[in-house]
Amino acid sequence: MKKTSTGRKSKTSTKRYGNREFVIITYLFVAVFIMMMGYFAYFQVFKSEDFINSPYNTRQNTFAEHVVRGEILSADEKVLAQTVVGEDGGETRYYPYGAMFAHAVGYDSNGKYGIESFGNFNLLRSHAFFLEQVINGIQNKKNPGDNIVSTLNYSLQEAAYQALGGNRGAVIALEPATGKLLAMVSKPDFDPNTLAANWESIIANTDSDNSVLLNRAAQGLYPPGSTFKILTTLEYLRENPNYQDYHYECQGSIAMENTEIHCYNNAVHGSEDLQKSFAKSCNTSYANIGLGLNKTKFAGLCKQMLFGTDLPIAYPSKQSSFVLNKDSNTDQVTQMAIGQGETLVTPMHMALLTSAIANNGTLMRPYVIDHTENYRGVTVKSYSPSVYGPLLSKDEANKLQEFMSLVVSEGTGSKLNGQSYHAAGKTGSAEFSNVKGESHAWFTGYASAEGKGSIAVTVIVENGGAGSTTAVPIAKQVFDTYFAGN
Amino acid sequence: MVHLITELSKYSMIILFALYTYQCFSSLKRSVDKEEQAEKYRSQVVYMYMFHLNAYAVLYASTLNTEILKFYAMQVVFFAAVQICYGIFYKRVSKLVVNNMCMLLCIGFVMLTRLSYEHAVKQFWIAVISMAVTMLIPYFISKWTFLRNLTWVYALAGITMLGVVAVLGAVSHGAKLSFSVAGIAVQPSEFIKIIFVFFVASMFYESTDFMQVVKATAVAGLHVVILVLSKDLGAGLIFFIAYMVMLYVATRKLYYFAGGLLCGAAASVVAYHLFNHVRVRVVAWQDPLAVFENEGNQVSNSLFAIGTGGWFGMGLNQGMPNKIPEVKQDFIFSAISEELGGIFAVCLILVCVSCFLMFLNIAMQMKDTFYKLVALGLGTLYGFQVLLSIGGDIKFIPSTGVTLPLVSYGGSSLLSTLVIFAVIQGLYLLRERTAAEQEAQRKEALKKQSGKKNGGKNGEAKKKPKKGGGKSHEENIHGTKVKNFD
Repeated sequence: MKKTSTGRKSKTSTKRYGNREFVIITYLFVAVFIMMMGYFAYFQVFKSEDFINSPYNTRQNTFAEHVVRGEILSADEKVLAQTVVGEDGGETRYYPYGAMFAHAVGYDSNGKYGIESFGNFNLLRSHAFFLEQVINGIQNKKNPGDNIVSTLNYSLQEAAYQALGGNRGAVIALEPATGKLLAMVSKPDFDPNTLAANWESIIANTDSDNSVLLNRAAQGLYPPGSTFKILTTLEYLRENPNYQDYHYECQGSIAMENTEIHCYNNAVHGSEDLQKSFAKSCNTSYANIGLGLNKTKFAGLCKQMLFGTDLPIAYPSKQSSFVLNKDSNTDQVTQMAIGQGETLVTPMHMALLTSAIANNGTLMRPYVIDHTENYRGVTVKSYSPSVYGPLLSKDEANKLQEFMSLVVSEGTGSKLNGQSYHAAGKTGSAEFSNVKGESHAWFTGYASAEGKGSIAVTVIVENGGAGSTTAVPIAKQVFDTYFAGN
Repeated sequence: MVHLITELSKYSMIILFALYTYQCFSSLKRSVDKEEQAEKYRSQVVYMYMFHLNAYAVLYASTLNTEILKFYAMQVVFFAAVQICYGIFYKRVSKLVVNNMCMLLCIGFVMLTRLSYEHAVKQFWIAVISMAVTMLIPYFISKWTFLRNLTWVYALAGITMLGVVAVLGAVSHGAKLSFSVAGIAVQPSEFIKIIFVFFVASMFYESTDFMQVVKATAVAGLHVVILVLSKDLGAGLIFFIAYMVMLYVATRKLYYFAGGLLCGAAASVVAYHLFNHVRVRVVAWQDPLAVFENEGNQVSNSLFAIGTGGWFGMGLNQGMPNKIPEVKQDFIFSAISEELGGIFAVCLILVCVSCFLMFLNIAMQMKDTFYKLVALGLGTLYGFQVLLSIGGDIKFIPSTGVTLPLVSYGGSSLLSTLVIFAVIQGLYLLRERTAAEQEAQRKEALKKQSGKKNGGKNGEAKKKPKKGGGKSHEENIHGTKVKNFD
């Protein structure tokens, strides 16, 4: 469009108008048009995946007509889900490890769950070589879908699955430095291979709390029990810079307005400072601490620590909750301080808090899809670790790490003491009914070893009794496997 | 079999349209002489018919609706009639503009037939009637010299009609855009924008002194304010930009342009805070998926379609374009991109660019200020509307809800665009005639000169460029190249 004549024309022409301005306008428009085409190309190449893979995109059925659903693999390259095409062209989704990955991998019949659900579009997309796709298209053959390589570690999942045994509950393993979900077990479980066949009987159990479909790791709400003392301690640290001066004489129980708080198994801990109170998980001392806390600030801390917030994970999850405001009475405050009362958390929530503490305060956004690749193994899209945000300061995290180490070295987590790795954590025995002695067993903690990275593990065993005797050994199995294999 | 046709046609239609698009631009090269150019335009017509046949073959194969075959035949007759009428009555118009007009209509018919057969038929008959009426326009444009004297008639007509619509108009999609005449919804702003261009052109034809600019700006501002108040943001923007461009070119004062655009930007910010319907568009543009349930629904669906279609498209009748709200009007580009492919969509943008260049080309070639400004104004209207429509569909800019000229469904839009194209063709006629007259005069003058001076060949050659310099150096991007004397 360059008009070489323009200059000459304006000199020789007697007309009032040359064409310089016309040329400028033309260039201006053409430039914007080119930018628009550039944006279109940019969208197609870089941005379209975000939209194609959106769960709102209802074009999935169209995809399934042209693509054989891809495989889901573990990080250690075990096939966790694959589509088997029969001779008649019929497709069956096969899960080689049955119930072991039921909630982590999910299912693709009678609805979708897990990676099968949020990875649906990745699995139904084909990045096979272009010409291959054209030839398949002409022959009316389906293209092979992309595979999802997950962050799930087969050995850890197996260890957690076996360790939990016949108990009801959940085990979660996260990599604190990256947010990778390494293992996630929830029991009772189901075999996704036979889900469709057994669907009627599975949904006949209308009590959702007992449903095998419920992923207790992210959707189970439990009283946190003593694991909550991590947050009570954090609040105390924030309000009392001189926390080292804390002193309490434990006599095994403390009377409130309407209730009396006892230490677990009616133990009497005697004279203790904050460290010992935490390590021994002394209820009466923590009730005492709770009484001194600023209720509004404590409630603020909980909100900051993801209470009442949707957890940043792809799996459906429940929000943790608590009841505390400036008008709460001493019963409520003390119950809250020891993780009882109306406080409810999901195991995933505890795992994320633990992970943030282990990672010096910064929570990494948890993720389970490491990358997708085409059926020949060429990487299509990689997902990298991303920061969710700092939940607490590095200084606070380091103090809590120190407290959690004491739990292992001299407190309720002593079964983890003296290993090849350094473990830290907090146990819990959360009462969930009025029957004395019935409690859920908790452990949430992390372990690290020089040159072998670190791992955060959260365990809950429903009605498992004491955390120290039931939950800690399960966590140990996972830790052992992790550091043996790494 | 059906699958094979659909699958192969995906590629053949892209190839045919790409060839067509290539000829739009290759015919502009300097080295192309008149015969070659005519040959290229003939080949464009062939590509168009082949694409048309190909598309309807797929539509028939996938629906087996025999009505479609009849409809196809009617369209072939229609396109043939348009080509023949222009060939007989208006030999000197730009063939490229005629071809582009037919091609865009053709793509519109194909896509509308796929989206909704009834609407396609309705659109077809509107096109037939509109074409018959607008066929007369080039003749009158080239004859009626009084058009430049109707300045205040245009202003009065425009303001009155816009005002009436704003007050009485039916409320459609939250914007008062149309009123019904005998059951047919008319969108007056589509026509007023043409009248508006004539108003501005005649104003600046009279004078470009400061008072004249003030008067013109006041009237233009009134137009835009009424449009914004009746929530027709797209039209308001188009009027504004058309005015700014014409003002700048007419006065040759860059600070008017820059100042105007700055004021426009400031006004946009004010409008954003003042009007909810402006905010909604911006919110949807920023992150459509985040507000999928409400504001972002339309844009998200558009991007699902474009992304899912990819570069090669899903194939006609293979996608789900009807999921996009308003797909026939504002979002037809997304439907085209989904089913015919991203490459096809980029070619479509290029064809629109080709039309725009032809509009600006005639603006530069005209000698008469009034016609120059008319062509410039109409070119800006067209070019900017294409930018708004496609840019909104692909999330390049916030969606303003304007149609893609000649492709989208809608009688008012179709008729007004055909009027614009016809006016432009009238200017091409006019140029050819004045060029022919000038040529005759020049020959006359030359004869006299050579008779008087009896100069040699060298003398003639020297003088010619002086007189006819502007003309003989014209770039030959127009349909019928001016014979070069040199």
